Amino acid sequence: MDSKVIALFLLVVFITLLITFYTARKTKDARSFYTAGGGLKGWQNGFAIAGDFMSASSFLGLIGAIALFGYDGLFLMYGALVSYLVVLLLVAEPLRNLGKYTLADMITERFRSKKIRAVTAFNALTISIFYMLAQLVAAGALFKLLLDINYELSVIIVGIVMLTFVLFGGMTATSWVQIIKAFLLLGGTIFIFILVMSKFDFNFIRIFQEMKTATPLKEAYLNPGAKYTNGLDAISLTLGLVLGTAGLPHVLSRFLTVPDAKVARKSVVYSIWIIGLFYIMVIFLGFAAARFVGVDTIMAANSAGNMAAPLLAEMLGGETLFAIISAVAFATILAVVAGIVITGATAFSHDFYNEILKNGKATQDQQMKMARIASIVITVLSIILALFVQNMNVAFLASLALTVGASSNLPVILFTVYWKRFNINGAITGILVGLIGTLLLVSLSPSIWSPIKGASLFVGEPLFPLTSPGIVSIPLGFLGAYLGTVLSTRKETGDFDEILVKSNTGNDVKGVNDH
Amino acid sequence: MELKKEAAETPVSLNYKRMVVSSPFQKLIKSKKRFTLFTTVFFLAFSLLLPILAFYSDILTKPLIEPFSWGWAFAFAQFFMTWGVCHLYIKKAAQFDQIAKDVLEAEEKEMGRDGQ
Repeated sequence: MDSKVIALFLLVVFITLLITFYTARKTKDARSFYTAGGGLKGWQNGFAIAGDFMSASSFLGLIGAIALFGYDGLFLMYGALVSYLVVLLLVAEPLRNLGKYTLADMITERFRSKKIRAVTAFNALTISIFYMLAQLVAAGALFKLLLDINYELSVIIVGIVMLTFVLFGGMTATSWVQIIKAFLLLGGTIFIFILVMSKFDFNFIRIFQEMKTATPLKEAYLNPGAKYTNGLDAISLTLGLVLGTAGLPHVLSRFLTVPDAKVARKSVVYSIWIIGLFYIMVIFLGFAAARFVGVDTIMAANSAGNMAAPLLAEMLGGETLFAIISAVAFATILAVVAGIVITGATAFSHDFYNEILKNGKATQDQQMKMARIASIVITVLSIILALFVQNMNVAFLASLALTVGASSNLPVILFTVYWKRFNINGAITGILVGLIGTLLLVSLSPSIWSPIKGASLFVGEPLFPLTSPGIVSIPLGFLGAYLGTVLSTRKETGDFDEILVKSNTGNDVKGVNDH
Repeated sequence: MELKKEAAETPVSLNYKRMVVSSPFQKLIKSKKRFTLFTTVFFLAFSLLLPILAFYSDILTKPLIEPFSWGWAFAFAQFFMTWGVCHLYIKKAAQFDQIAKDVLEAEEKEMGRDGQ
């Protein structure tokens, strides 16, 4: 079994190097490193966005959650799909029309302030590192299970392979790795889905009938309540997911890789279809894992259920399919981590270095150098942090990043585009209140504190009762941005007329002359 | 032609103040606001209703057609709702694009008048 897995893992590395080789020539300047020169097509970007979202934690984690908890697994899933409506209707097009390389570009297009650029970029870096930690911890766990390599070494291997194509291929290589991975993951999922359905004779009624008796939960498996006992926690989680995507810097930066708002719109449509179909198949794969592999076997391999998908593949297609699915999961981790590193490096090199330190006058070569140094620093920093958090729950770290995004970035994005009176003070307060508020609530939550020794990081009663802070922290972020605005004595509202016209028509002078 | 040449050499900025109050732009903002606000409230309510019904009522455990419960029907409805709203927006956005084009063409004419 090991030799097949190793061979396919090496094949994944080989393919990414091949992509790097072909795209390295195109990565000549900082613009191509940051956003692939803004030249991606709608379907390409759609697959890349879907790829960003079909991460290891969603492929392995969601199938596991459905297998173990049935209906309650849905709460980790459908909100993320609905979140793309927020992106499509409210965020994607204004962002493309106003931004250049980063989210901070969009906010400073209105406020022309270095302070707000610094705060936005700092927040983007923080969210990116949280999200990256989740992926690295997942990678470490996966390698340990599949190859029996220890955690530290696995995280370092992922870091080195990913850095290779980030450093030389920039956003172009990262996008293509993401697109190809999305095809592989979708193809693998469809293949297993068909195998699974044939085991059920393509009879949906039979599936639901059998699932009522297939697990130790019996009928409760198909009803809510197997995992979540606190309704408020489930609502809070859903709210965080629905509003979170529109605040994730590495997803937002995807909309800056396309030429205009219409293409940005088209790419969201692709991703909504791909992610939706993927999730529906994931539900049935979860059922099949519970029915054919068995909950006991899944729990024995990994108590969080993360091995449900590879075990199902092994049962259906033997060692070969097991190895293929494992290699696809590896490709997924590489691609997602690369996208996050690029976003962080761009925030550093473009926002901090070029715009703030050099007043926008740094040369392309200087920026490229800085972006590469930043990529290495972010990766090394994340690897070091990942060594300390290896026992933390992966889904928790990822949802933390989403909730910080929803609480800090989303209020400021929406107010910048839609609220005339919004000002610099409000933008800065909004981001800081959202960021610090979320982290504070989490640090007081049951995810960190537990009265039972060893169940959490610290022993003690949690002061905040919910594991998902979204229901409190998101309104808090909006409130911070609102109060910061109305309580400010200075009226630094920027040129809202200009923002309104640009975000809605997508054209400045250049656009008019293009007619 | 002359305007284009001039604009290419020295950057002329659009008169945003004039554009904002122009009637095609006001029409664009109004119709966008109406659609976006209504649709956003709808899909947020639709998606948040699932955990609310799941944990504060037992309606979702009731069978719809054996062996499906209302819970699964509502869960799958989330997917169809998302796809539906997505395509409704695409249709609407084509109209918005047309009005946005009118806005820019009107401004182009105004700029021509300014130039003379």
